[in-house]
Amino acid sequence: MLLLRRLFVTLVLLAVVGFAGFYVLTDPRVVSPSPEIGALPAADVENGKLLFSAGGCTSCHATPGQDDKWRLGGGLALESPFGTFHAPNISPHTRDGIGNWGVQDFVDAMAAGVSPSGQHLYPSFPYTSYRLMPPKALADLFAYIRTLPPVEGKAAPHDLRFPFNIRRVVGGWKLLFFERAPFRPDPAKSEAWNRGAYLVNGPGHCAECHSARNALGAIVPSTRFAGGPDPEGKGWVPNITQSEKGLAKWSKEEIAELLKTGFTPSFDNVGGSMAAVVRNIAQLPEADRMAMAEYLKSLPAIEGPERPQAKAP
Amino acid sequence: MIRTALVLAGLGLGLTAVMAQSNPIAERQQTMKAVGAATREGAAMAKGDAAFDATKAQAVFKTYADAAKKMPTLFPDSSKTGGETTAAPKIWEDQAGFKAAFAKFETDASAGATVANLDGFRTAFGAATKNCGTCHEAYRIKK
Repeated sequence: MLLLRRLFVTLVLLAVVGFAGFYVLTDPRVVSPSPEIGALPAADVENGKLLFSAGGCTSCHATPGQDDKWRLGGGLALESPFGTFHAPNISPHTRDGIGNWGVQDFVDAMAAGVSPSGQHLYPSFPYTSYRLMPPKALADLFAYIRTLPPVEGKAAPHDLRFPFNIRRVVGGWKLLFFERAPFRPDPAKSEAWNRGAYLVNGPGHCAECHSARNALGAIVPSTRFAGGPDPEGKGWVPNITQSEKGLAKWSKEEIAELLKTGFTPSFDNVGGSMAAVVRNIAQLPEADRMAMAEYLKSLPAIEGPERPQAKAP
Repeated sequence: MIRTALVLAGLGLGLTAVMAQSNPIAERQQTMKAVGAATREGAAMAKGDAAFDATKAQAVFKTYADAAKKMPTLFPDSSKTGGETTAAPKIWEDQAGFKAAFAKFETDASAGATVANLDGFRTAFGAATKNCGTCHEAYRIKK
């Protein structure tokens, strides 16, 4: 009897300690502390505009069903195995958008995945990539977004299955999969390579679609850039490593051309959401597209997941 | 006698149409390959990699216009899947928009039917090839 009671007490204690541990470790401030932004020079709105194009912010945040890509009212639905995410209003509207945010709020969201009220943001918003952008770049981007028209109206809240509807769960996800560190240039590589690596991995967030994901929705590192099933539904996202299935036979100029016009070397033209990506990346200077190509040409060949065989016609 | 001939001719026409429809996926892929090949020629001239040739330039737009007329007929309900198709379900959900996209492509292609100089060609070629991305964005899945 005494033994059983001791066992029971031990189990309860363990559960309490475990829960307390989870509670502390998944606290947004513990798992993803606020980045130090320090003193920043005056914002460079032009650079912010470039980063806005590089990130393709409008692709998810522009109000669907209207042509003005600079009206960032949100509302686009993103289906996922965890439920439906709705891109929020990020226009500078003071009540419904991010008009009341300060630079630190924006940096916290982009680089740490934390909202101004101190809650975790879901990684459907790819801060896993944006965290590579230094505070100066994020401040420039924020300054540019503030020049856009305020849009009234909040987007619908996310519609997620239990337990994913509990934001604290994201803290556990961050413990497993999120590293909060800005981009560090590789001094052994050229300036163009470093610029490309930054654009591709950071604002461009290319790996977010061009990689396979695990059951918890995190990128499988061994498949980074090697393509996989389209996370947005039907189809297959191509391999963009130097695999024969990927860009092995493409020249840098051909990669830069695709990023500008959408044309492949065989004069096919890319479809689906890549069309919008091309429209945005086309706004960048040619040197930036060539830098992205330079970096992509340096990626080791990864075979990636096997494509399902097409049915015979 | 005349009536029999007419009926036979009608049957013949119908049969030809059916045969063209027998493998619409392969046929639309062929059509798009031809568009790609024309674009390769056009891009070479637009960039100055090849000398401008009015006959070749007009042929590019002829290929586009023919494809724009033919393509909307190559998506019967029976051809939603199979044969490595990258057709998006939206084609069948939004037939009106899909057909309108090809009507616009045809109009833009017709504008280049009589191009006679490089500048005119570049303008018309740029306008016509803008259709590739906009249409693929809505009506084609990634591959």
